[in-house]
Amino acid sequence: MSKFRKGGGKETPEISTASLPDIVFMLLFFFMVSTTMRDVELNVSYVQPQAKELTKLEKKDLVSNIHVGVPLRKYQKTFGTESRIQLNDKFATVDDIQAFIASEREARKEELRNKLTTSLKVDRYTKMGIIVDIKQELRKASALKLNYSALQGAEGN
Amino acid sequence: MADIAFLLLIFFLVSTTMDVDTGIYKKLPPIPEDQTNDEEIKVKKRNVLAILVNRNDELLVNGELLDISQLREKTKEFILNPNNSEDLPEKHVKTVPYFGDVMVSKGLVSLQNDRGTSYEMYIRVQDELAIAARELKDEKAMSKWGKVYSELDKEQQDAVKKYVPMAISEAEPKNVGGKR
Repeated sequence: MSKFRKGGGKETPEISTASLPDIVFMLLFFFMVSTTMRDVELNVSYVQPQAKELTKLEKKDLVSNIHVGVPLRKYQKTFGTESRIQLNDKFATVDDIQAFIASEREARKEELRNKLTTSLKVDRYTKMGIIVDIKQELRKASALKLNYSALQGAEGN
Repeated sequence: MADIAFLLLIFFLVSTTMDVDTGIYKKLPPIPEDQTNDEEIKVKKRNVLAILVNRNDELLVNGELLDISQLREKTKEFILNPNNSEDLPEKHVKTVPYFGDVMVSKGLVSLQNDRGTSYEMYIRVQDELAIAARELKDEKAMSKWGKVYSELDKEQQDAVKKYVPMAISEAEPKNVGGKR
C-alpha cells in the first residue's frame, strides 16, 4: 500500500489548545483590572438624570454613596412607592444621615477623612424636598463635598 | 491551570460592574456659625439673577417666564453685560493676573426651588448654569491664549476664574427646623 492512504479518511486535524490558557489569562487579567466590586445590594431603583457638564469621580474609596429612589417591588408593601433614602443596605430616614457620615468617616484613615465626597444617586422623578433635607443634614455633618450623580447626556453642545 | 484561570475568569465576569461615576460636583456652603445672625447681605437688585423653579418645573428668571433652553444665553448675558445696561449687573475694576485691570461683573446667581420640583429639573438648571460658566471661561481663554479653559495651566485657570466669576447661591430652604 502506498503511504498516501494512511488512516483511510480526510479527517480535519484537531485545533491545538496549547494557546488556550494564554487567551484565558489575558481575559482574566482584563477583567481583574477593570472590575469594581458592587459594595451594596440596592433596595431602591433609580434612573439617573442626564447632564452635559460632568466631572468624573476620581477616588472611589473616598466616596460614600447615598441612594434615593423608588423601593423595589418586594419592599413596596412596607415602604410605599414614594422615593426613599437608602444608606448602606437599609432604608433610612433623613435623621440617620449624620450618623451615616460619621461612620463613613470612621472607616477611613484619619488624614483622608476630610477629603470624603458624598455622591447622591437620585432617581430623576424624586421631589426636591427630600434632597433639600439631605443637603441640610450633610451641611450639619459638615460633609460639604457633594456630587450629584448624573449620566452623560446624549446630545452634544 | 487553565481550569483555575477559567474559574477566576468567570468569577470576575459575573462580579464586574464597569460603570464610571460621573456627576455634577458641588460644594455646599457651611452652616453659618451663629444662627441668630439672620441679616441677609444686601445685594442690589440689578446684581442678582433670581431663578425660581416651581413645583410644575416651570422657570421664572427675574420675574420672567423662561424655557430651560433660554437659560444659558440669559445667564451669559447677565454675567457679561455687554452693553453696560442699567438692569444688568454693575462692574468694578479688578486687577487680574495675565489680564491686567479689567471690568469684573458683580453679578450673582440665586437659585431657589420648590420642595415639589423634580430632581431632573434641578439637575438641568444646574447643568445649564455650569455650561454657561464654562462657555464664558472658554471665550476668555480663547481670546487670550487661543486655548479652551480646560487646557490652561492652574494659574491661568485661576486668572480666568477671577475674570468671569460665577457665584451661584442656593437659597436656604425656608421650612427648615420645623417638622418634616
